[in-house]
Amino acid sequence: MTKRSHEAGRRHALQAGAALGALLVVPGLRAQGEKIRIGHLTPLTGFLGALGEYAQQGIKMAAEEINASGGVMGRQLEVISEDSVNPQVAATKAQRMIERDNVAVLMGEINSASALTISQVAARNHKLFLSIGARSDALRGKDCNRYTFHVDIPVTVMVNTVGQALVRDHMVQGKKIFAITSDYLFGQDLSAKANKFFAANGATVIANELVPTDLTDFSPYMLKIRQAKPDVISTNLGGNQVTNFVKQYAEFGLPYPVVGFNLNTADAWAAGEGNLGGIWPTVWHHDLNTPGSKKFVADFTKKYGRIPENHAWIEYISLKLLAQAMNEAKSTDSDKLIAYFESEAQFDILKARKAYFRSWDHQLMQEAYPFTVKAKGQAKNDKDFLKFGDALPAPNQPLELLAPPKSENACKM
Amino acid sequence: MELTFLLEQLVNGLVLGGYYLLLALGLSLIFSVGGVVNLAHGAFYALGAYLSLEIGRRLGWGAGVALSPVAVGVLGILFERFLLRRFYTADPILSLLVTFGLALLAEQAIRMLWGAAPLPSSMPPGFKGNVLVGDFMFSRYRLLLLALVLVLLAGVWLLLNKTAFGRVVRAGVQRPDMVAVLGIRLQPYMTAIVVLGVASAALAGALFGPITIVHPAMGTEVMTAAFVVVVIGGLGSFWGVVLAAVLVGVVRGATIFFLPAAAEASMYVLMFLVLLLRPRGLLGERIERFE
Repeated sequence: MTKRSHEAGRRHALQAGAALGALLVVPGLRAQGEKIRIGHLTPLTGFLGALGEYAQQGIKMAAEEINASGGVMGRQLEVISEDSVNPQVAATKAQRMIERDNVAVLMGEINSASALTISQVAARNHKLFLSIGARSDALRGKDCNRYTFHVDIPVTVMVNTVGQALVRDHMVQGKKIFAITSDYLFGQDLSAKANKFFAANGATVIANELVPTDLTDFSPYMLKIRQAKPDVISTNLGGNQVTNFVKQYAEFGLPYPVVGFNLNTADAWAAGEGNLGGIWPTVWHHDLNTPGSKKFVADFTKKYGRIPENHAWIEYISLKLLAQAMNEAKSTDSDKLIAYFESEAQFDILKARKAYFRSWDHQLMQEAYPFTVKAKGQAKNDKDFLKFGDALPAPNQPLELLAPPKSENACKM
Repeated sequence: MELTFLLEQLVNGLVLGGYYLLLALGLSLIFSVGGVVNLAHGAFYALGAYLSLEIGRRLGWGAGVALSPVAVGVLGILFERFLLRRFYTADPILSLLVTFGLALLAEQAIRMLWGAAPLPSSMPPGFKGNVLVGDFMFSRYRLLLLALVLVLLAGVWLLLNKTAFGRVVRAGVQRPDMVAVLGIRLQPYMTAIVVLGVASAALAGALFGPITIVHPAMGTEVMTAAFVVVVIGGLGSFWGVVLAAVLVGVVRGATIFFLPAAAEASMYVLMFLVLLLRPRGLLGERIERFE
């Protein structure tokens, strides 16, 4: 008898729970149906993890601003943000976001290898993928597809941005170059373009060391560099490997100048003042003097208590330009959005000049900037030691100047 | 290849070895005496790096390096007193789970306190630069680290072999029941060993922070290497850990130089070979159940 009543009690509890659950879930489902879901993937762990955190904060801020001002076509945006971890996990999560979460669009990524796997998932499922922070040329070259658009500057632009400054400073012609490269898609791509640039401008690459992405101790390379006695050290490193390298280079006190074709501001900050020198490229920096950029820096700093770095900015403007596309195309449908982007519509990305997606390789055409390091004692705080250069291409030159021309691009959609 | 160049590589391997030694020594001591595999060891290493930056910002770099192991040592007392102590006689799987959970918590706490972005960490400008003797060149800071590790190593050896404290600890490792019969409580000794162990991990974090990156996951990253060193050296052996740390350091340094792609795998290959030839590690105690 007691046993029976106990079971009955449990049955009641179960029924009550189910009813309560239904009450909670059903209105939730309906509200979610009205929202526009965006699947966002970016690495939060590993050698790109620090950048990924900025990326998530940037896109979150954009979503909140868009939603506060009424959303997109009267609907709220819901960004589902997850750690992509590595290329395999990124592809699995992208597939799941399409199938289970029913996302309208995929966005994100910093790791070029992960961006490649997500872009393949996107193409298979006919979903738009806005590849935000990945820079490998291959993504917009031989691996391009109709469904993927690229926001960050490609490797060729980075090499050309720094390259112009290097030629000007007489660091290329007749020089012996010691190159050091992260051994993955982005690093190899960067090194190929950099070596091509050096060859075309009269320099000799005497060594190109491939470094595993998880390596943190560069001391054997310091000894190698000393033995090789190069004129210039050229770095094609990704994520926090640049930080490690320049710190340890400063520690060993070798006399050769270091230049590089990739450095994110967060990684430069982590190096600390006094460890960094040379000329580097960037897609954006918080000192950029436009009203939009200044407002973004102020809002971000107020919200998160720290200065935004380039991955925060690029994620922010990416969601904004997607929202513009949805509003203008009056649809969240991938094909309609692709048609809108391919119309080479202009977007305000908080820079002096507006940007547009090139229709045949889906690359966002925009200004880039070189930066150097301020002289000792000029920094106002520990994030203020970078000296930000003028925009390239110059205002009177076309935006396409530094990007790979169609003749050199293997992209076929 | 020139002789000086090989010498430079050897010294470099020794510095790496010193780094592994600072990490693995504490792990090995805590296991030998308490029978606990402390998976949270890496968290103390990360904490050492973060605290040295925090203290260094206020009181200067040297104070940061000196005081952060002390602060972490105090945490070690609490760790031993309120957590580890419950697990000496329990199933080892429980202490594994608890310390693993603690490592996850610590990493998340660091992320919440200091953010996920790496902190700028640098040595004072005076330590930068190299030492040049004839044609031999090496980082001044790393040579200093090597010297510090040797001093610390000598200190721990003297403590364990030439003091009353060391005698009790060694007896406790061999025959805890006999020590108990003699009326000596092992508990305070265990606290001291844990403090020594986690403080040396914190010192590693403080000293190596300036030449690597100070970020929340740094503790998790070094744990595997520390374990590999302890396993290669043999559980419970002081000199085994020293030997293994040097061996791993030199082998790893050489692989980074000659075959960078295999750098991460090198120490596992070394572990495989050592365990194949000597299942109890290089200088490990005989494991009676298996041999």
